[in-house]
This record gives sequence, structure tokens and C-alpha cells, in this order.
Amino acid sequence: MRINRILQEKKRPEQKEVDLSLLDEKINSYRGKKGNIIPLLQGAQSIYGYLPDSVFDKLEKELDISKSQMYGVATFYSQFRLSPVGKHIIKVCHGTACHVQNATELTESLAEALEINDGETTPDGLFTLESVACLGCCSLAPVIMIGDEVFGRLNGKSAVKIINEYKNKENQ
Amino acid sequence: MSKTQVIVGLGSCGIAAGASKVYNKLQAIKDMGNVDFILKKTSCIGMCYKEPLVEIIDENGSFLYGNINEDKAAELIQEHILNKNPLQNYVVKSELFKTGEEDFFESQVKIVLRNCGYIEPEDINEYIARTGYEALKKIAKNNISREDIIKTVKDSGLRGRGGGGFSTGMKWQFAYNYQSEEKFIICNADEGDPGAFMDRSVLEGDPHSVIEGMIIGAYAIGANQGVIYCRAEYPLAIKRLNIALAQARERGFLGNNICGITGFNLDIYVKEGAGAFVCGEETALMASIEGERGMPRKRPPFPAESGLWRKPSNINNVETFANIPWIIYNGAEAYAKYGTPKSAGTKVFAVTGKISRGGLVEVPLGITINDIIFKIGGGIQNGKKFKAVQLGGPSGGCIPAYMGDTIVDYDSLSSTGAIMGSGGMVVMDETTCMVDMAKFFLDFTAKESCGKCTFCRIGTKRMLEILTRITEGKGEEGDIEKLEELSYKIIDNSLCALGQTAPNPVLTTIKYFREEYEAHIRDKKCPAKKCRALLTYTVIEDKCTGCTVCAKNCPTQAISGERKMVHFIDQDKCIKCGVCFSKCKFEAISLT
Ligand SMILES: Cc1cc2nc3c(=O)[nH]c(=O)nc-3n(C[C@H](O)[C@H](O)[C@H](O)COP(=O)(O)O)c2cc1C
Ligand code: FES
Repeated sequence: MRINRILQEKKRPEQKEVDLSLLDEKINSYRGKKGNIIPLLQGAQSIYGYLPDSVFDKLEKELDISKSQMYGVATFYSQFRLSPVGKHIIKVCHGTACHVQNATELTESLAEALEINDGETTPDGLFTLESVACLGCCSLAPVIMIGDEVFGRLNGKSAVKIINEYKNKENQ
Repeated sequence: MSKTQVIVGLGSCGIAAGASKVYNKLQAIKDMGNVDFILKKTSCIGMCYKEPLVEIIDENGSFLYGNINEDKAAELIQEHILNKNPLQNYVVKSELFKTGEEDFFESQVKIVLRNCGYIEPEDINEYIARTGYEALKKIAKNNISREDIIKTVKDSGLRGRGGGGFSTGMKWQFAYNYQSEEKFIICNADEGDPGAFMDRSVLEGDPHSVIEGMIIGAYAIGANQGVIYCRAEYPLAIKRLNIALAQARERGFLGNNICGITGFNLDIYVKEGAGAFVCGEETALMASIEGERGMPRKRPPFPAESGLWRKPSNINNVETFANIPWIIYNGAEAYAKYGTPKSAGTKVFAVTGKISRGGLVEVPLGITINDIIFKIGGGIQNGKKFKAVQLGGPSGGCIPAYMGDTIVDYDSLSSTGAIMGSGGMVVMDETTCMVDMAKFFLDFTAKESCGKCTFCRIGTKRMLEILTRITEGKGEEGDIEKLEELSYKIIDNSLCALGQTAPNPVLTTIKYFREEYEAHIRDKKCPAKKCRALLTYTVIEDKCTGCTVCAKNCPTQAISGERKMVHFIDQDKCIKCGVCFSKCKFEAISLT
């Protein structure tokens, strides 16, 4: 149960107004299809990066799916986010292989370097730091993933170095 | 003379190690036009510890190069192709001379992984060139009956590779027996066990073998719709599956009247998971495809009777399906020749953790744990001592080093308290704390429990609290007994195997490493020096140079000392954060 994710005492970043019309195409293609809640939410998240409250309102109105059911699904699966995230999501693997190879050090070093806690987003909106279970590259443990890119055989220092490269690219 | 081929291993693990950069570099060299060679892609051959891998095939044979970066790639082209001078030092596998890595391959038998690392997974022709879709064609050509296919699978002795180990042929028989207009064949590609990546490698390296297995299964049980439920964390696998499915449709391996078999219609689509371990459980997986929260349902009715959308369904694991074309093509006997009487064939293991040669290995069942770890895996990293191996992930258990001669088959592993599981094998050395490992797994199951069963939802949480307390030095007499009591209650009162097996990591570590628990509880010591709260940090006087780095970084100002003088840690102020230890360049901080 992922209730922990919501109760955590961290500031929930403000939700900006989003353009809900971007959702229309997804709504039309899934209207009336069975088993459509997860693909709809996945579609919405791929548009907005997270699931704004207004998306739930709109889906309820247009498709007659209750919000209770949608929130039930959204909080069940770890993929869904209910708050805005940074431009780059840093996923630190805490699967078994990575744990044995000291993934904790990566999270600690990154948290220190970014001055945020695990699960939080930097104030400039660039990075979100997240723990995940197994990225499937266990033989290169410990591993982190940024976007679709995976980096392996890291330690605290080399992980921070990667983040700094991202920062430099952003500042250019 | 055929052209020299240069093949780069571009599985997720290769890419993570930098293989894309190597590929781009090679492409750039090729584009310059001075050297003529064919540049190709393949996937993981299993030697993850040598990634990135580049294979060069020329008139002399095949040379597999390991640990290649951009510079080495350029050097390879120059030396190997232009100067005809293979760089023997970088070669990790070749038919022409010994490389010192032979042991890694020697005991392996590749059935599931027969094509992984040998073909370009995005090209159906390469699969076909290695007897791909021959099994399906054989069925069509020889009019092999559905009953005979099921019999062959039964006779092969193949058991489900997803963890349960149930006879695949029997399962197909059940699904066959139920009559229905609509039937589903489902491939479980959720691979939730953290520390395992067998299925990912097969999907990325040889997607058609899984698809062909599904098509044959669909024909045998009479299914007309197929779903592959793949976890979203595997974007490359999903991409390659979709490419492979499109190609299979184009060639008429999917669609209507497949391979000319009248009335055999099937299509398969990929369904992306959304991140929940419990969705690997078959009934939860079906609930998830239906768009619901992935909560397990009571069995019976089993999926064979009432599965996806309440229709008869058959669900198998990726590796199970990948075996099928080989079995149909080569016959049940050829498969049963490998393994033991009750555990036939081969099994793929993802060997990771503190192992020298970590990677993907496929071995005949019946091999010993020691053979996998020492012979194939080359023993423990950095000359440390082998302590235990964890099998089966959060549902499995730890097997201690002294039981290393345990035979790897379903029954022998179960009798140790561990399980075969899906094939994750995490190797641990003396620096791994077993109480910490138990806590790690309970943290995982407590988070991943779907919340339906009270004992699984709350019991795992209570166990986690006790384990956390123990690792923080607040353990009490009686904690071990409390853990055991809770374990049995959770096992007894949970609906699905997630709860029923969640306590296994705790029970096996208590069984084999009880003294480690006691050291934490009674002596407030962590023998593996992993649990920070139980460590004492002191300065080693001979090594301290008085550089002041530790004092500057100590968050509680617990360290004092003049520049160039030996420093001192005030134990009352020390919060055991470990910063001094990691910052000291002279290894002058000791942990006891
Ligand atoms: C909590 C839980 C997680 C599971 N995860 C997986 C998984 O990731 N992949 C898998 O193939 N089977 C998984 N299984 C086993 C499936 O329920 C099922 O037995 C399997 O897919 C059947 O295929 P097989 O007979 O080919 O092994 C899981 C079971 C449980 C209880
Ligand atoms: S455990 Fe980290 S990638 Fe698998």
C-alpha cells in the first residue's frame, strides 16, 4: 500500500493550471473500452508529468468513472504521481542487488548534493529524487536512472558527478 | 570473402555500461568510409561483468571483446580490422585461443538464451535464420494435434519458471479442457523480484521466442487472444516486443488462419504495468489488465476456468514460453535429458551481488550452488568470504555458505526454506548483515502488500518495526520469538503467495544466522559492521594526519583536534552518521 507516499510530511508543490483539452484525444480513444482506467491515467501522466486534481474531475465528468475508483487506482500503483515533479527524475535503485552494493550511499550523497530528501523536488524544479525497486540492471549495481538513461557501477561521488553534468547542461 | 561484422551488445545493461556511446563511435568510424565493415546490434549474452561487449566476426572466426569504451572501440577497428591484429588482451571469448573466461560458459546449457547475444532482436529474419518459427511451422505442416502438443510439453517435464514450478503441460491441459468462445493466453512479464532480470534479457534479446511460445500455447489450449503484461520499468523490452509483434503479424504468424491452420486466429498485444509487485501474482495481474487495483482473487476458480474477464485463461512466465519452441522443435526427450527427474531442463539465473562474474547464466537443473557461484561466477569479489546466497527474492530465503553443495532443483531448494523462485540469485559476503537483509525484504513486502489481507498488511509492518528496532540497537529479549510467531500467523492467514511467503527471508535468516540476531539484540553489535547505530567510530592514531577534514564535516561537532594533530571523537556527541569514515582519505577511522 502506497498510502505512505501521500501522508509524508513534505510540502506538496503547488499545482499550476493545466490545459485539459490535451486530454481529449486520450478520452476519445478509450471511451467505453473495458479496462481503460490505467491507460487513461498513464496517458494523462505522460502529458502533464503527474496527475493534477483537475484531470480526475474531467475524467469523472466525461467518462462516468468515479473519482474514488480512479484515486484508488492512482494510489495503488507506484507509477502514478499526484504532485508535480522536477524536469529530471533521478531514480535510485534500491532493489536487492543494489542494496547489497550500498545503494543507500547513493541516495545519501545525492540528497546531500541536491539539498533535498528522498522523494522531494529541488526548489528550482530541476530534479526529483526517488527510490525505486530494481531497474533490471542488477549486475551493474548500484544503479540510477535519469529519464530513460541508466548509469551503473556507481558510488556516492560518481553519482553526484553525473548530476553535476546535468546541471551544467541546464545552465548552458 | 564475406565482410567483417562488428556487433555491439545493446541490452539495457550494456547501454547502462556505455554501449550506446561505443555503438555511436563505431558508426562514426564507419561513416568516415576508410574501413569497410558491417555494424550490427545484438542484446545481452549474459557476461554483464564485461559490458560493454563488442564482437568482431571475420574470416578467422569470432572474437568477443569486453569492457570496451569509445577509445578502445577505435583501437579495435584500427588493430583488428585494418592491421589484422586481434587485441588478445581484451578478448573475453573466442574459439581460437583461451581467454581465461571459459569457465563462465563451460557449465552452461543455453536453451532459453539460445539466441540472446547472437541475433539482432529487432530483425525477425535473424530469429528465423536460427530455426525461429520452425516449431510453429512443424505443427502446421505435420498436422500435430493440440493434444499431442500438450503431451509433448507434459513429457518434457517443463515446470513454470515464474516461481510456482507447476507443470506447464498440466496447466495447458486444464485450460484446454474448458470450452469457451473466448480464451486468453497471457504472458507474465512483470518480473517484480528486485534483483532479477532474466525475463528482461529474454524479452530484449529474443522477443520472438516468447511470442512463438505463446502462439503455440494459444493453439494448444484454443486461445484466440494474447496479452503480454510487461512492467513499465522495462521500456526497451516493451519497444522490442512491439516491433517483434508487428513483424510477426506481417509474416502471418499472428492474425487469421495462422500458418495456414484453418480457424486458428490470434493476436497478441502488450499491456504496460504500472508498478506494483503484487501484480506479478496471476489473479492480481488479471485484475490489473482489467484496469482495477491489482488485488489477488481467491482461487479456485483457477484462471483456467475463470481468468481474464472471467474467461478461461492460461498464464505463463516469459522464460516458460521461451522454452516451448525449443521443446516442440527438438522433442520432449531432448529437453528432459537435462536436469533431474523431477526438475527437468535448464533454468536461467541472474547472479548478482558480491560475485566476481555477475550476469545471466543458464544451467541444467541439478547443478550445485557452489558450482554456480565459484565455477561459473568466479567466486566472491575482492577476495572476500562467501557468506550466503539469497534465492527467490522477497518470497525466498537465504542459504548459508556451508550449504553450498545444495543441489539446485525445486525440491532440494524448498527443503532449505528458500525457493527456486524466478531465478534471482543475490550473493552476499561477510560485509552483508543478515538482519539488515531481512529488514530490507520486509520493508519491501510491507510496502508492496496490496492491503487486502489483515495479517499481510499489518503483520509485515509489525515485523518491520521489530527488525528496525533490532538494527538500531533497541532489540529486546523475546524479539526473535515474536518475529517467528508473527511469521506463522501471516503465512497462515494470507490469501496469496505474497503474504504466504513474505516471512521466508526472516525465517531463513533466523534459522541459519540466529547468532547474528542475538549479537544485535544482546551485545548491541553488528558482526558485519553494517548497522550504523551499533558501531563505534574511533580515530586510529597511527593513521590520522590531522588534516581536519573529519572535524569540518562532522554534523554534530563531535570531533576535535588541532591541525596536524591526532583527532578525537566524543562518543557522547557522535550520532554515528558515518560521515567521518567516508570523508577520511587516510582510512584513519575505525569501525568496531
Ligand atoms: C507476489 C507474487 C509475485 C509474482 N511475480 C511474478 C512475476 O513477476 N513473474 C512471473 O512470471 N510470475 C510471478 N508470480 C507467479 C505467478 O502468480 C504465476 O504463478 C506465474 O506467472 C505462472 O507462470 P508459470 O507457470 O509459467 O511459472 C508471482 C506470484 C506472486 C504471489
Ligand atoms: S537491484 Fe538494482 S537494478 Fe536490480
